Amino acid sequence: MRRSWNWAVWAGVVLVVAGILSYPLYCVRFPALRDFPWVNLPLIVFGLALLAVGVVRAFRQPELHRGKIFGTVLAMLSLALSGVFLYGIFIGARHILPASHGAPRVGQVAPNFTLPDSRNSPLNLTDVLTSAFAPNGAIGTGTAAERTAGVVLIFYRGYW
Amino acid sequence: MIAISVDPPSDSESLRQSQGYTFPILSDANEEVIRRWDLVHAHGRHDGADISRPAEFLIDSSGKIRWVNLTDDFVVRARPEEALAAFDAMNGSSRPGE
Repeated sequence: MRRSWNWAVWAGVVLVVAGILSYPLYCVRFPALRDFPWVNLPLIVFGLALLAVGVVRAFRQPELHRGKIFGTVLAMLSLALSGVFLYGIFIGARHILPASHGAPRVGQVAPNFTLPDSRNSPLNLTDVLTSAFAPNGAIGTGTAAERTAGVVLIFYRGYW
Repeated sequence: MIAISVDPPSDSESLRQSQGYTFPILSDANEEVIRRWDLVHAHGRHDGADISRPAEFLIDSSGKIRWVNLTDDFVVRARPEEALAAFDAMNGSSRPGE
């Protein structure tokens, strides 16, 4: 009798790989999917379950199903990859960033600074806060009636 | 809204143009301000360079800080609604063209 190619093993691998890769390639663009791996976790769990089914039946019914060796190897690899991914998301991600205890707090006055903008013109925080602004966000071009109500200052990691 | 990173101005200008951003993007290539604000993420870049951690501040027209978001989870970042809510809380219900 010809032995089946044990689709459960392969489908399991595909789901695990898709579950992991979809996070950086797709889910990070959506805050809800980035904050918690709603898409990735089910794919990975279902993939690992399929792998388990495939490996178990390869051992229980070797005359019907292939995969005792490659099934075990793939299952171990998938488990290791899933472990690294989930550790990174749930534990590692909380130990990457500095505590920044010395950062300005609510109620304090923001330390003033001057930095070049993307066209190399210097921009001063206090000037922005005390100047008028235009609705499109361009600074210093609005009328006096449109005083700056405040500034959202965003520090980010940069693109590289 | 003002953004700050260690990227050189030319990179930020490409970003502004490709994304259509109208707000200023400042370059703190030497991390002077990032360091003074204690926001340095040492060796945070893949090449080992120091960069800024993600951080968001709402500053009122008197220069006082009204809202701070310093995420401690690398994958969880501030959402626009959080900053807008802080802005509304600062201004009553008016929200003049942020």
